[in-house]
Amino acid sequence: MSATVNKIYASRRRMNHITMGLSLAATLFGLGWLVLILGTLLFEGFSGLSLRVFTEMTPPPGAAGGLLNPIMGSLVLTILAVMFGTPIGILAGTYMAEYGRHEKLTSVVRFINDILLSAPSIVIGLFIYEVMVYPMGHFSGWAGAVALSVIVIPVVVRTTEDMLTLVPDTLREAAASIGLPRSLMIIRIAYRNAKAGMITGILLAIARITGETAPLLFTSLNNQFWSSDMNAPVASLPVVIFQFALSPYKDWQALAWTGALIITMAVLALSVTARALSSSGKQS
Amino acid sequence: MQSAKGEQSVADLALQSGALQASEASSRSKALARLKLSDSAFRQLTRAAAYFVLILLSGIIVSLVAGSWLALTNFGLGFLVSERWNPVTENFGALAPIYGTLVTSIIAMFIAVPVGLMIAMFLTELCPQWLRRPIGIAIELLAGIPSIIYGIWGLFVFAPFLQDTLQPFLIGLFGNVPVMSSLFAGPPYGIGMLTAGLILAIMVLPFVTSISRDVFSAVPPVLKEAAYGLSCTTWEVVRNVVLPYTRIGVIGGVMLGLGRALGETMAVTFVIGNAHKVSASLIAPGTTISATIANEFTEAVGDMYTSSLILLGLILFVITFIVLAAARYMLLRIARRIG
Repeated sequence: MSATVNKIYASRRRMNHITMGLSLAATLFGLGWLVLILGTLLFEGFSGLSLRVFTEMTPPPGAAGGLLNPIMGSLVLTILAVMFGTPIGILAGTYMAEYGRHEKLTSVVRFINDILLSAPSIVIGLFIYEVMVYPMGHFSGWAGAVALSVIVIPVVVRTTEDMLTLVPDTLREAAASIGLPRSLMIIRIAYRNAKAGMITGILLAIARITGETAPLLFTSLNNQFWSSDMNAPVASLPVVIFQFALSPYKDWQALAWTGALIITMAVLALSVTARALSSSGKQS
Repeated sequence: MQSAKGEQSVADLALQSGALQASEASSRSKALARLKLSDSAFRQLTRAAAYFVLILLSGIIVSLVAGSWLALTNFGLGFLVSERWNPVTENFGALAPIYGTLVTSIIAMFIAVPVGLMIAMFLTELCPQWLRRPIGIAIELLAGIPSIIYGIWGLFVFAPFLQDTLQPFLIGLFGNVPVMSSLFAGPPYGIGMLTAGLILAIMVLPFVTSISRDVFSAVPPVLKEAAYGLSCTTWEVVRNVVLPYTRIGVIGGVMLGLGRALGETMAVTFVIGNAHKVSASLIAPGTTISATIANEFTEAVGDMYTSSLILLGLILFVITFIVLAAARYMLLRIARRIG
């Protein structure tokens, strides 16, 4: 009797050891990829990193050059996308949290927004191609910026709504009791209170679009040269990486690695800042 | 006389102050009217922005249907089951990309789900408190790395590595096993559906992990403590208490990851090989819906070619929409139960 009980205990303990060992192994496995990818990126990208990368245009194959025009193109596209997308996202999030918190409309918008949040970005590229590039007859920087702003909007809507919902109602009631109109209450009290979280959302949105390639492939396309004309194709870092990495030229591939390192560092810096900001916001 | 004069001055004063009050009141009411206007304007503005989100989604659907109309009417439902992809004769079918999308996503989920659940279990049950946050953040950083980085890494590092190690090993291992040998038939190219699936697994892992961790940690401690009080082992607690309690949430997280895997473009485009054929072998090059669009759209000549590619986009959008909607619905249900 006690022998069988002991056997059961032993097998249960063994099972526990095995699964716990597996869970530790799984965690190391997951972290291993992060180390591996970042390690390769640093190793391959760092050797090509020099001042020239930031001061010279993309070269023809076989020549030396830098990534100045795609870096500038990416910056301009990102800034425009944030300028287009953020106000709409903040306003929509405001309606959901402040005016229509218990309305049917809000839950529908939230559901649709969550789907937009994880919709395949290449489909968004097709959408903008259909509504902007095709009617205009040519690829343009504007189309690229709008495509990116479609990705910005759901991120900002989500964080704005979440952050405004966290603002205590007592603050709203206090503002109402001194006769502040609702719009002013939202702008001066609720926004100010939720500022850290809302900025976090915008940073996360920027981090998200910094590396986006698929929606730019057939909207802003690419450009070998410097272009400040947003009506023409504009180079962007991710698309240049795509093109250079798949090319047979060694120096283009090296530049692609350097570009990849720059993008990853930018994205990681943005998400770490966002995280620090949101945790400091929670403490205060 | 005196008093009359005095009365007059008092009346004047009263009149004056009355006029003053009137002007103050009118400016006050003007200000209030202005505020009322701006107040309702702001409200309408926010409302319009909320509707804009809905318009965005319907705009995507309408534009995709409009763009793919030519291919839709020309090929009909046959588009879904045809393997042809011939730009010269303008004969297109979506079977190969759909097959590739499903196979790569299944490989990805096959690996990411158990590993993700294991990591979530480690983080909520086993990990020392001070290590939980750093490990959680590190896993989430994996989600933050742009997909093009996975692509370039997959092409230059991972695919050659697989070509030299895992693929010859699998070919050798299953070479004489009846069914398995056809799964791993052909030369090891490095690139192909297996490689794409493995890269997708790494990309989806953080999604599965972070959602499972969140729902795991939302299990009421009383339930777990009760099980521990019956001297259950950690594994038994997870298996018999945590998992049944969080089942819907975990499935929601898995579906969310699946939605990602189905629509992922750049990483897959680098390593899939872009071959329009349905092949039983996992190590053969193939293609996915998103990779086909990314590779061919800007080079597509002719309306039918473009339209067929947009139709592929529409199919992808419909599939991911269904998967994501189901995921959100399940997560909503678990949120209601916990909250």
